[in-house]
Amino acid sequence: MSKILIRGAKVLGGEPQDVLIDGETIAEVGTGLSADGVDTVIEASGQVLLPGLVDLHTHLREPGREDSETVLTGTRAAAAGGYTAVFAMANTFPVADTAGVVEQVWRLGKESGYCDVQPIGAVTVGLEGKKLSELGAMHESAANVTVFSDDGKCVDDAVIMRRALEYVKAFGGVVAQHAQEPRLTEGAQMNEGTVSAELGLGGWPAVAEESIIARDVLLAEHVGSRVHICHLSTAGSVEIVRWAKSRGIDVTAEVTPHHLLLTDELVRSYNPVYKVNPPLRTERDVMALREALADGTIDIVATDHAPHPHEDKDCEWAAAAMGMVGLETALSVVQQTMVETGLLDWAGVADRMSFAPARIGSLPNHGRPVSAGEPANLTLVDTSYRGAVDPAHFASRSRNTPYEGRELPGRVTHTFLRGRATVVDGTLA
Amino acid sequence: MKRHLISAADLTRDDAVLILDTAEEMARVADRPIKKLPTLRGRTICNLFFEDSTRTRISFEAAEKRLSADVINFAAKGSSVSKGESLKDTAQTLEAMGVDAVVIRHSASGAPYRLATSGWIDAPVINAGDGTHQHPTQALLDAFTMRRRLVGRDAGLGKGLDGRRITLVGDVLHSRVARSNVDLLHTLGAEVTLVAPPTLVPVGVETWPCEVSYSLDEVLPKSDAVMMLRVQRERMNAAFFPTEREYSRRYGLDSARMAKMPEHALVMHPGPMVRGMEITAEVADSDRCTVVEQVANGVSVRMAVLYLLLGGSEPAVTTPAAARTEENK
Ligand SMILES: [Zn+2]
Repeated sequence: MSKILIRGAKVLGGEPQDVLIDGETIAEVGTGLSADGVDTVIEASGQVLLPGLVDLHTHLREPGREDSETVLTGTRAAAAGGYTAVFAMANTFPVADTAGVVEQVWRLGKESGYCDVQPIGAVTVGLEGKKLSELGAMHESAANVTVFSDDGKCVDDAVIMRRALEYVKAFGGVVAQHAQEPRLTEGAQMNEGTVSAELGLGGWPAVAEESIIARDVLLAEHVGSRVHICHLSTAGSVEIVRWAKSRGIDVTAEVTPHHLLLTDELVRSYNPVYKVNPPLRTERDVMALREALADGTIDIVATDHAPHPHEDKDCEWAAAAMGMVGLETALSVVQQTMVETGLLDWAGVADRMSFAPARIGSLPNHGRPVSAGEPANLTLVDTSYRGAVDPAHFASRSRNTPYEGRELPGRVTHTFLRGRATVVDGTLA
Repeated sequence: MKRHLISAADLTRDDAVLILDTAEEMARVADRPIKKLPTLRGRTICNLFFEDSTRTRISFEAAEKRLSADVINFAAKGSSVSKGESLKDTAQTLEAMGVDAVVIRHSASGAPYRLATSGWIDAPVINAGDGTHQHPTQALLDAFTMRRRLVGRDAGLGKGLDGRRITLVGDVLHSRVARSNVDLLHTLGAEVTLVAPPTLVPVGVETWPCEVSYSLDEVLPKSDAVMMLRVQRERMNAAFFPTEREYSRRYGLDSARMAKMPEHALVMHPGPMVRGMEITAEVADSDRCTVVEQVANGVSVRMAVLYLLLGGSEPAVTTPAAARTEENK
């Protein structure tokens, strides 16, 4: 077991401190810690030390689309982005709707060694929205699934959604809803508004998201259960969640980094790299999302990391796949949109990207305070760094980033998973 | 002019007037015994049609042949959006064959823009209609028809459509013709009003340079031209309006309604017409209806666009218009 001393890092953005890692745990946090018997000393002066990031919404594509991503490449990308745990969405081939498939994903995560992988189970068989999956069996499996989602599709049948919300109460589960009213989004290609009107692309109205969120928070209230809203994207959705929380409804919500930064104006390029579900919205929505993340109405940032091979994006807009990769740029986007705008401090970032997602997903060993006796899941960030995004350096198997060539701040220099470095000096170990 | 013609919004007023003036020159060729110019001899133009449109393809083909270009017709079967039939692959094939221009029709909005900007191909791209986005040569031929009728054939040269009041009626939401016409007519100085049931007006229309009305009867007396847009019958099943009868009653053009228009006002239609629902046979066959002229004018306008985009080094026709082209490059 090795001992690592991180010297002079601003823990959660606060005063510089030394952090001593002994084996898998943090042994000591203080100032002027001795380097006696230490194997590695990391001079981290000026850098920010955060708890290892936790992503509640990642698409790892394995099994089934290993040409886009595998558990190994996806977890390497996660480590490079400062993550120590990711939740893998269920829309694989086969769908993660049985104990067998979730256990397979969970085991592949263990083998990868870069990042803990916590599978999400499908709410309904085959994501078809008709029949509940064996939610209890997935929970009781080795993967210990507690988050269930048909992400990519909405659980649009109100009765199925109600039953799922009720059923998972038995084992403290949560249903994560992809809020998209299917009839209102038939043929939808981008946010419905002035840009879609001009470009002649099928509109995706904000109300298609908002009506489902409104319904689901009311259902959660009625059955006394817990609901999580995936990738919330409109100002109206924020209002509904704010109202629901004020009423005491047990709802949590996430926002993606790209919805904090990009708007539908970018679609004017017809470049499918900007095609994503839910779609990029307007400047007004972006500002409302930032405010809501700052004031806690939106609980967490989740990447919705959605890898696609080049050919699925190098085509006309209508034919292109929806989604963006996000694991390796998330923290930088949050730094730019939330920290450098003064909306959130680093302790706030630690909450939105580590503590809160681990709590929502019931991961007891992640999202822990940086203090003695805690698991050594840590991320060290050089916040003064500035550089253009170069997808050629991504660890992800796919390159569909909307940020190619864009300058973003911040760089993960080290990531530790239970005391073992997965990233050293910005390079995967 | 820009190197490609993707959207009517890309055209400045000078560009648009130049195209219309050049089209007048081209129109004279049609009156000659031999309807052919040597202008694009040795140049190869590909008509790349991912969506069926015999009318538009024939019109472009006629224009290309009258300019002596070599023509390749490439019709992609079925849906272009299905996998294994990539726009990029096709583009690169054409590039390898050394085509000098691509005329593209596609069911996906933005496909011509992608073709022109993705580096897949070097040749100029002319949009012959993409999804519900744009159909710029249709707008040009409509403007050409209006200018001839409302301003005059020779009197119109060098002029726009300033102060003319143009009404577009019908399925604006799904209409690339409407989008292109609003852009171009506004550029040419006309006042445009869209008339449709609210379900067929796009959310976000308020930023367009035009007025929107739900009442055809109110707008007709103030219209110099009324353009009926095509309404597809399948829209009814999607609940855009209750019944064909009701649509017809509120937004169809019959002779009673035509009588409310000023005497000089035109009736236009991009074709093919759904007689009975959007326009009665009586109106369609009246001499105020320009449908047949629009078809003829389409060839002249497309000749002008091809000529100007391919930058013929010799004059298209020996005229001042051709000389002005050189200055505009
Ligand atoms: Zn989703």
